[in-house]
Formats: sequence, structure tokens, C-alpha cells
Amino acid sequence: MTRRQKKTLIRVIVSAALFAAAFAVTHFLPLPWWAELMLFLAPYLVVGYDVIFKAARNMIHGQVFDECFLMVIATAGAFAVKEYPEAAAVMLLYQVGELFQSVAVGRSRRSIAALMDIRPDHANVVRGGEEISVSPDEVAAGEEIVVRAGERVPLDGVILSGAASVDTAALTGESLPRDLGVGENVFSGSINVGSVFRMRTTGTYKESAVSKILELVERSAERKAKSENFITKFARYYTPAVVISALLLALIPPLLFNGEWEVWIHRALIFLVVSCPCALVISVPLSFFSGMGGASSKGILIKGASFIEALSRVGTVVFDKTGTLTKGSFGVSDIHTNGVSAAELLDVAAVAESYSNHPIAQSIVRAHGKHIDPSRISSLNELPGLGIKAVIDGREVAAGSERLMESLGISPVCGEGCSHDMRSSCVHVAVGNKYAGHILISDEVKSDAKEAVSVLKAAGIRTVMLTGDSARVGNEVGSSLGVDEIRSELLPEDKVAVTESMLGDDKKRTLAFVGDGINDAPVLTRADVGIAMGALGSDAAIEAADVVLTDDDPMKVSLAVRIAKKTMRIVRENIIFALAVKLAVLVLGALGIANMWIAVFADVGVAVIAILNAVRAMRVDRSDII
Amino acid sequence: MRKTFDLEDLDCANCAAKMELGIKKLDGVKDASVSFMTQKMTVEADDGVDFDALMKKVVKTVRKIEPDCRIIM
Repeated sequence: MTRRQKKTLIRVIVSAALFAAAFAVTHFLPLPWWAELMLFLAPYLVVGYDVIFKAARNMIHGQVFDECFLMVIATAGAFAVKEYPEAAAVMLLYQVGELFQSVAVGRSRRSIAALMDIRPDHANVVRGGEEISVSPDEVAAGEEIVVRAGERVPLDGVILSGAASVDTAALTGESLPRDLGVGENVFSGSINVGSVFRMRTTGTYKESAVSKILELVERSAERKAKSENFITKFARYYTPAVVISALLLALIPPLLFNGEWEVWIHRALIFLVVSCPCALVISVPLSFFSGMGGASSKGILIKGASFIEALSRVGTVVFDKTGTLTKGSFGVSDIHTNGVSAAELLDVAAVAESYSNHPIAQSIVRAHGKHIDPSRISSLNELPGLGIKAVIDGREVAAGSERLMESLGISPVCGEGCSHDMRSSCVHVAVGNKYAGHILISDEVKSDAKEAVSVLKAAGIRTVMLTGDSARVGNEVGSSLGVDEIRSELLPEDKVAVTESMLGDDKKRTLAFVGDGINDAPVLTRADVGIAMGALGSDAAIEAADVVLTDDDPMKVSLAVRIAKKTMRIVRENIIFALAVKLAVLVLGALGIANMWIAVFADVGVAVIAILNAVRAMRVDRSDII
Repeated sequence: MRKTFDLEDLDCANCAAKMELGIKKLDGVKDASVSFMTQKMTVEADDGVDFDALMKKVVKTVRKIEPDCRIIM
């Protein structure tokens, strides 16, 4: 509890005691009205003086429909119609409710914030042979730091010595610790669960994974969902509307229909008590916030409440095959030659591909393994989605897809022992306009990919797989995973066009695109919800995506949808619940059935219940149906 | 230019919404956001606006709506 909350608590207790005393005294002793008024005014003022003060000040500032002001009018009105105990009790209950609400919100806010707080507080940097503890943002790139057991890794870096075992749960939601050896990358924000290790930083704190996540999470509150904006707008009209109806309720029956003034004023006061939209104004953003908090604890960073909304209505999930459904770590599985030796073919292909950062190209370079002399290349032209044309050692070399070969008028030849593995991609190589053979590259399907697709399908979501690979490879992988639709042989710009063409398919449901952030930023931006997988390393992907998965588990896609749906359900529950109770109390109050006590419950009680409900969005487990 | 500030003792969500609206209406403010959840305020000023002078107006607006709330600068 904060100091202010403690102070309020003391005032509530004192006031409650005074109220009980006043109640007892007036019950047993017949007192004149002014003595009774005095007795009940004491607990009223003890607990409510700040409300009166605030109301007066806000009125000076021209904010008439302020919550405090309405409470003061309501209770003053109750005093005026000689309902002294009621007036004091309502103020007391109001303050109890406000206190409860403030504590509940504060607590849930902190526990959600704690889920997202991965900020390291210090770094042990080695300078001049000595180890000193400094703030992480004072450490430069390339410095050596020591991470002791139980400490949070403050900056991104490479392990220098010691066998590290790190818990990356705060980053990825993955609870199994990961063992890292010398030379391996370690992300800031992970916790050292093994023994002490030394590392060299590869960037500053500003560039670290932790900073990127924090920045993302902190800015997420700015992108408000439609339902959030609806509530703030609604709140702006709700209060004046209720106050005006209260006024009409107080005036019209007595003036036009001979009603008793006291009865109708009293009923109107009940309106004022329920006129505060607080339950809605607090609980809706809190629900979104706790949904995002719960998601981030699972390694799903959602960039704003609006994307929770969009994600909950997702109708189509488009996967980019490589890196999302498959591991994206390619290996050369076979080489089939035509008139040259295998080593020669690999050598010329590796030289041609040495400047490309395409994962397939890199796998060929890796398989080659030897030093590549760049001076052997005299010209090089990379054709996106097709391959590479280059002049190497004075010879024209082309390496790439079947389509590239077609465009050069070269037809691939199948030599002896050429058995095509259906799941492999094929890089055809031509040297001096003559077909020289092909290199088979295979990529493994992720172990969870099939389940990830089937979970989405079970939820009635259409799954589509896009790939730049040949139809043969695409169909084989796609049908083994069970995706609904397969589009293959797509160039990067085709992926944008295909995604765009699907966008308008269903007006009520949204389209999510899942990519690994390499070369697919335009599609990530274009989709209703762009999900970048395992993208902590890529700034472009983080920038373009709406949802960032910190690891590359495809199951996280359905988990994100599940969290979004649960959050939206809670948001709707809160809106309907709060409005229904308030409306019921308004009607009952107008009919003279509800009293002011019930009205106070409808105000603060409902707010507290809505807050507690909102916090449920934080907890998501596998049992939550999608 | 955009800056983010921590807020202390902001304990009414409706006030946060009112503050945001009030700050957005100030001259020279391109966009503003007050988050009750993260207890943070982001102010984005138009180009060429004196930020410190603008912040004085922002502080005044905040104080008018919620006098207990402090902006940590």
C-alpha cells in the first residue's frame, strides 16, 4: 500500500467507528434533528473531506461532471432530505470502494508490469583488470563483463569463458535452461542459472535485446484498441447523460405529476452515484494490459491492444514456409553432376553464392567450407527469387531455380543416380551456358509445425503456406503438415500480392502473416496482423511486425490467438457486466426499489469485480480453448 | 521530438483519459498518450516547438486535472 492508501485506510476506520457510535446513539436516544445531523456529519467529514475539497476545486476548473462533485451532490442531497445515516454511509462506502479499487489496480498493474520487467539493474564490467559494477547503459560494445550465478545478463554478447547455462524464460517463455559454450551468443535479459561466466559485449545497452523488448512493451499502451477508444468516448457522454436524467427525474414528477419532492430528489441522487464510468474506464485497458503481460511472459510481444483485437478475429493465417514451419537451417544433402566433378560444381556454386545472404546460398557456402577468393568474380547479378548470374574465372555461371535455367534456355539433365528427394530444394548450376548439375538442399520441418497447423484448423482458421520453392517441394511439405492452401514458386513481391489478394476475402475476419523477418518485412506490414518469428535479431522485422515472437516455436501463433480471444472475451464481459448492473440500478432507482447503498455497490463494487476479472487475462494455459 | 515521462500517483483511469485529451489539445502537440497502466506519458511535439516551454503547459494541464499526479522529469 502506498502512503496515501494507508492514510485513507486510517480515515475509513476512524469514520466507521464514529458512524457506528452515531448510529447507536441516535437509535437509543431521541435527539433533535440538528444533533443527529452533527453526529453523522462527523464521520462524513472525516472520510470525505478530500472528496469535497476536490469537488470544489474541479468545479472552479469547470469540470462539473467530475466523480467527486457528483458524490458530494448526492450525499449533500441525502442530508437535505434528512437521510443523515444514508449520506454518511454512502460517503464511507464510496471511500472504501475507492481504496479497494486503488489497491487492486495498483497490485495488478505491478504484477503485470513485473511479468514484463526484464530490465537488468547492473553490469559487472572488467576495466583495467578490475571488476566494477556499473549501470548497463554505461557499458560500451566490446567490453568484457562477468555474469555471476543468478544474475541477469545485462547486454548482448558472446561467451568468452565458462560454460554458461541460461534461463531465457523472460525473453522467450521457454523454461528449459539453455547451455551455451564459448563463442556462442547470449541475449541480454536471460538469467544465468549455471556458474559464473565471462562474456564480451557485442553492442551497447540501447541496441540490446532487452532494450528492444522494453521499448516495444512500453509503447504498446499507445496503440489503443477500438473498444478502448469506444469506452473513453462513451464515458464522455455517459456521465452528462445520467446527470441530466437525474435532474429530469428530480424535477418532472413533482412539477408535472404532483410527486413528492423528497421522494424524487432521493431517487435522482441514486442516479448521480452510478453516473461514474470508472468500472469501464479502468477495466477495459487493464484487461488489454494484462493480456499483453500474459503474452509477453510467454515470449509473445504484442505491439498494442488494437492487435489483440485483430488477432482475436483472425480467419486466415498465412505462413511463409522457410523459417516458420521449417527450421530454415539448410544443408547440402546431395550433388548431382553433369560433366564436371562434384567438388568443382560445389566450388563454382559457392563462389557464385558467396555474396548472397539467402539461407540456401549460405548453406552452399558452408558446405564448401574453404576460403573464397572474391577476385575470382568479375561480375555478379542477384535475381531475387531466381538465383544468381555471375562471371567467375572468366566463365559465365548461373546458379538458381529451374526457372532461371529456363530463362537462359538451358534444360536440366538428370544424370545417373539422380533420385529426387521430394522435400529438397534444388539449385541448378550452369557453367558457360552448359548444364553442369544440381545441388540438393534440404530443410527440416519443425517438430511442432504439424500440431501448430492442426490447432489453428481446429479453431476454424484457414491456413495457407507460401514458399519460393518449387511446387514439388511446396506441395510435399505443405500436405505433410496439412495446410489448407499451398502457393509455391513465389518471388518476394508475389508474396505481397498473394497476401493482399486474400486480405479482402472476409470482411469480419482478419489475416495474419507469419514470417521469420528475413526478406518479408513488406508482407508483415501489409497483413492485418504481421507476426515475426524469432525476430529479436532483426530490427527491420521488429519494426514491421505487429506481434513479435521471441523464439521460433510455431505453436506460439495459436497461443497468441488464444490469448487474444480470451482477452477480448474478458473485455466484453466487463463492458456488458458493468453496463448491465448500472442500467439495472438506474431503472430500480427510478422506480424507488434500489437505495443508495446498492447504487454505491453498482459504482465501486462493480469496478472492483471488473478489475479482478480483467486480471484473469494474464493467465493463459493450454486448457484455454482457442 | 517525442519524449516519455514517468508519472507518479496517477490513480484514476478516467483522469488519465482526460489528461490525454487535454494535452492533445495544446498548441504544438502533435500527439500525446497517457497510459494509466504503465504510468507513463508520451508527448510528441510539432517540429520547431520549444519542448521545455511546451512541457510547462503540459504540467499545468496535468495539475489542473489531477493535482496529486506528478510528472518525473
